[in-house]
Amino acid sequence: MQAFLKTGKISATEKAGPSGLKTTKKKPPAPWVEKYRPKTINDIVDQGEVVQVLRECLSGSDLPHLLFYGPPGTGKTSAILAAARQLFGDISRDRVLELNASDERGIQVIRDKVKAFAQLTVSSTKPDGKSCPSYKLVILDEADSMTNAAQAALRRTMERETRTTRFCLICNYVSRIIPPITSRCSKFRFKPLAKENVIKRLREVCDCEGVDVGNGEILHQAVDTCDGDLRRALTALQCCQRLLGKITAEGLIEVTGIVPDKLVNEFLAIKNYSELEVFVEKFLMDAYSASQLLEQLSSTVVSSGHLTNKQKCEISEKLAICSHRLLEGGAEVMQLTDLGCTIIMANSNP
Amino acid sequence: MSLWVDKHRPKDLLKLDYHKDQAIRLKSLVQQSDFPHLLVYGPSGAGKKTRIMCLLRELYGSGAERLRQETMHFTTPSNKKIEIMTVSSNYHIEVNPTDVGIYDRVVIMDLVKNVAQTHQIDSSGQREFKVVILNEVDDLTKDAQHALRRTMEKYVATCRLILLANSISRVIPAIRSRCLTIRVPAPTEDEICSVLHTVCKKEGLSLPPELATRIAKISDRNLRRALLMCEACKVQQYPFKPDQKVPEPDWQLFIKETASMILSEQSPKKLSEVRQKLYELIIHGVPPDMIFAGLLKELVRNCDMAMKCQVASHAAMFEHRMRLGNKAIFHLEAFVAKFMAIYKKFVEESLGDAF
Repeated sequence: MQAFLKTGKISATEKAGPSGLKTTKKKPPAPWVEKYRPKTINDIVDQGEVVQVLRECLSGSDLPHLLFYGPPGTGKTSAILAAARQLFGDISRDRVLELNASDERGIQVIRDKVKAFAQLTVSSTKPDGKSCPSYKLVILDEADSMTNAAQAALRRTMERETRTTRFCLICNYVSRIIPPITSRCSKFRFKPLAKENVIKRLREVCDCEGVDVGNGEILHQAVDTCDGDLRRALTALQCCQRLLGKITAEGLIEVTGIVPDKLVNEFLAIKNYSELEVFVEKFLMDAYSASQLLEQLSSTVVSSGHLTNKQKCEISEKLAICSHRLLEGGAEVMQLTDLGCTIIMANSNP
Repeated sequence: MSLWVDKHRPKDLLKLDYHKDQAIRLKSLVQQSDFPHLLVYGPSGAGKKTRIMCLLRELYGSGAERLRQETMHFTTPSNKKIEIMTVSSNYHIEVNPTDVGIYDRVVIMDLVKNVAQTHQIDSSGQREFKVVILNEVDDLTKDAQHALRRTMEKYVATCRLILLANSISRVIPAIRSRCLTIRVPAPTEDEICSVLHTVCKKEGLSLPPELATRIAKISDRNLRRALLMCEACKVQQYPFKPDQKVPEPDWQLFIKETASMILSEQSPKKLSEVRQKLYELIIHGVPPDMIFAGLLKELVRNCDMAMKCQVASHAAMFEHRMRLGNKAIFHLEAFVAKFMAIYKKFVEESLGDAF
């Protein structure tokens, strides 16, 4: 281990990575997602109402408990982080407690850490004399993965400490938050971003990075493959740029791990068992992901024109079962075979 | 004398035998002197590890090839001591966290922290980061994967992770979106053939093309297996004959035998005989999911479509249950029993029709 920790000499030339935006110390090239995270709430794409509320809080009025929900990559975390930064400035380290799913968040943590943090009172001036809000902020990111017990433990804490602490819960599925919590918060739904705005934002980033994206056709495609998830689109673009040195349509498909439409349609049109066996083997040998196939299959089946409702119903039901089993660790080859059989049966008697 | 697989493993990205485009891309990626976390996935024997080792060599020079084995010790929160083997050089460390079962989370947290928290004092003329290679990421527990996610972001300055997986279905999306994913498809049969020919030429042997195609066909597009088989053939008999028998892995034969036993008679007595066979397979370390796939493939051969469908759906169900439980034999046996019931009913019905 000691020897491993020693550094290795390398004769290559000095590293010339792009430096961070504002740092003097040399930093590793940040992911674009972090680098271009909105600094102020005015930079947030779309989401009018939330920005409006946050803006009023900045100008002095009180902040309610917040509950942000919406699909991934719509700017929930960015919004609250930008707001916190503007509210507290450089003392945000003391005033903000951020917990996400990778931190321990059982009932014990809620009882000890969160409660202790919430009970501290804070002054309404900063150390340098300027005024700032006299409350602290607890951000619970990915709150839908908290256990119900932990959520229940939050209830009373939220009410009792309103004077000194505001909570902001962020989740994808509001239905997984227990009702007593939702009724204590003002809920904001983050809509999927409008396509034009995503494209505009992507273009800005690409311009800043000096990446050539041509007439924007490629950006349209990036948005389509990522269903309006800005983070995914940005990551995909960056990966593509890193790997290929330029951004191309094929590159995007490769880095996002998407199954080509041709294969999806082929799977849907399989006629008999031996064909199915061959297809499944080839599919897995080419290292495509079965869960990705199921995802794409689902949207293809639902919007497909030549299937009857009964067929769609049968396939979709099996799709749900297989996807569930895959998530719990079932073998891909089995689940794909099972689903394939259902498709064959559905195809043979419409 | 080392095996052909190791002896003729390509050491340079540009000397790889297939997926050359990808190799060139990887090379240019490394030449930018920095790279993001990587997630490399593909079926076994497709050459994932070979590519990674080439990449490391490209990055750190030949020093990355001086490997040593060490055992590391960890203590879990519940005070259980665990130890795990690591393979490391001065620049990278490779570990297989699934070796310790459900404690993989501890290994990941401690190991990565250990490696990542040491900053370089003087970074001139050196890489600023070390590389941690984690094998079989798709078999990590969900807990460990979630732990990884935070660690990846936190220590990005001092270490890079290279994750290896057989398929990304079981890798959580959060990790996928943080990595540059690299898909390594298995080589085609033609590609395997050409590799076999190259290796044999290097060994000074002459390989008949028919034999090469046959080995490639049997190997299931697994290059490692193909090379091992080829070497086994050579030990068996040299000079090669085009119609030489290629040794198949004996567990495959064993599964075939078991399947024909099941098809021959459907009775409780037979079932207990089959159980013996299954136990034997498990004791010899054949992974239960492969037994499942093998049995399914053999059993459905002479069934009609409706029955195939039924059998496949039961196989999928029992396989899923097997993942959730921890005794594979129950579920294998349940599947066999279910199949026997379906098959017997089918046979009786078709006999009934005949009279």
